[in-house]
Amino acid sequence: MNITRGFTGRPRVDHPGLPPGQYDAGDEWPVLSAEVTPDLAPADWTFRIDGMVAEPRTWDWEQAHALPASAYEGAIHCVTSWSKFGVRFGGVSLDAFLDVVRPHGSATHVVAYAHTGYTTSLPLADVTGGRAWIAWEYDGRPLPAEHGGPARLLVPHLYFWKSAKWIAGLRLLDHDEPGFWEGNGYHARGNPWEEQRYSGD
Amino acid sequence: MTRTTRTTRTTPSTPPAPERFTPPTRFAVPGRVGVSEQAASVWRTATLTGIRRETPRAATFRFAVPGWPGHVPGQHLMLRLTAEDGYTAQRHYSIASAPDDSGHVELTLDHVEGGEVSGWFHTVARPGDRVEVRGPLSGFFAWPGDRPALLVGAGSGVVPLMSMVRHHRARGLALPLRLLVSARSPEELIYARELGAETTTVFTRSAPEGVAVGRMAAAHVAPLMAEPPPGGWEAYVCGSNSFAEHASRLLVAAGQPVDRIRIERFG
Repeated sequence: MNITRGFTGRPRVDHPGLPPGQYDAGDEWPVLSAEVTPDLAPADWTFRIDGMVAEPRTWDWEQAHALPASAYEGAIHCVTSWSKFGVRFGGVSLDAFLDVVRPHGSATHVVAYAHTGYTTSLPLADVTGGRAWIAWEYDGRPLPAEHGGPARLLVPHLYFWKSAKWIAGLRLLDHDEPGFWEGNGYHARGNPWEEQRYSGD
Repeated sequence: MTRTTRTTRTTPSTPPAPERFTPPTRFAVPGRVGVSEQAASVWRTATLTGIRRETPRAATFRFAVPGWPGHVPGQHLMLRLTAEDGYTAQRHYSIASAPDDSGHVELTLDHVEGGEVSGWFHTVARPGDRVEVRGPLSGFFAWPGDRPALLVGAGSGVVPLMSMVRHHRARGLALPLRLLVSARSPEELIYARELGAETTTVFTRSAPEGVAVGRMAAAHVAPLMAEPPPGGWEAYVCGSNSFAEHASRLLVAAGQPVDRIRIERFG
């Protein structure tokens, strides 16, 4: 251990939900996107799943909202070391979308892509089983554009760069294809509890 | 009408979608600079060798970092402080210094109200202290000096842009480079003494006599966009989120292509 002289840190709050190396951002919700926030109206939003699936499908805003509603309440964790507790997102579980397109048994990974062109890659197992959502509400209101509105991917158990803003689609693959940050030195999976921040972690 | 019937009604009218469709990439693509996995995964001990006050709120901290692999202007590093009980705090900071500063890096930090890490730097740190760093990280915001650069920053958002300005000067690069920087007042303008003919300043709260006070506006961007270099600008925007939103929209409105704007948002 490499002790920093005179550093005590802020008073410790023993928060069992705080992964290693993270701090509680409290009421703040920093915006960290590398691109210009797009002007994307709900009427122009679409969400597509294709690749290794039986029936590729595109949903528009109304069709996506016709799927059973599903909410997430809990924590989110950013690789830049803030975590945020008690956040409430509303949307639809990704399972509901995947049930429609029926993934091939050989599909192992997904590339999520945004309407801006941003991409992020994830193991398929990380977006199934009730662990991922397409979210369009935050705290009971429409998701703000700077946070990915009208709709974003939400994978709260992984670092938040995986939760692609302005989500446009998922492509299912039988191999890993690094996305934007994954190709830029960040970890392929990004589990906050394992501190998988950068490739090599 | 129930949700189920809505699905049934709308599905048949959906036109057949193309087999594979990906929206065109409308923002800057990654991979400006390759990031060394090996370098990024190693924590190195950095020794503080000097502190230089920049403004009442900001100071520059100079470190010697044995084994530092070098960086490209615009890249950042992760810094870690460790308390005696093993508690650690880590933060991302943009690198302020130019690459040609062998074995040293400089960070310019604002003293954030109640800031755990910046508070330590501004009230406790002294030369000889050791911290840990890993990096450099992320090639996305990096500028290797290969394309004309239009740099737009506010507050401490000028830090990674200054690394680019210093690099441009140190190497005597002939490529056009312009800096548009916003600060609350002349006293709060970081690197004020170093800014030169490449820089246009905007003051939002108070300004020297005869200089307008106000938010960055289309009029500040227009002259830079009116005379673009051959091939156009590569734009780098850095500052608070609200500034980044505002400035990037100004650039887009002035004709800068969305896919040639890179944004680094501070908090």
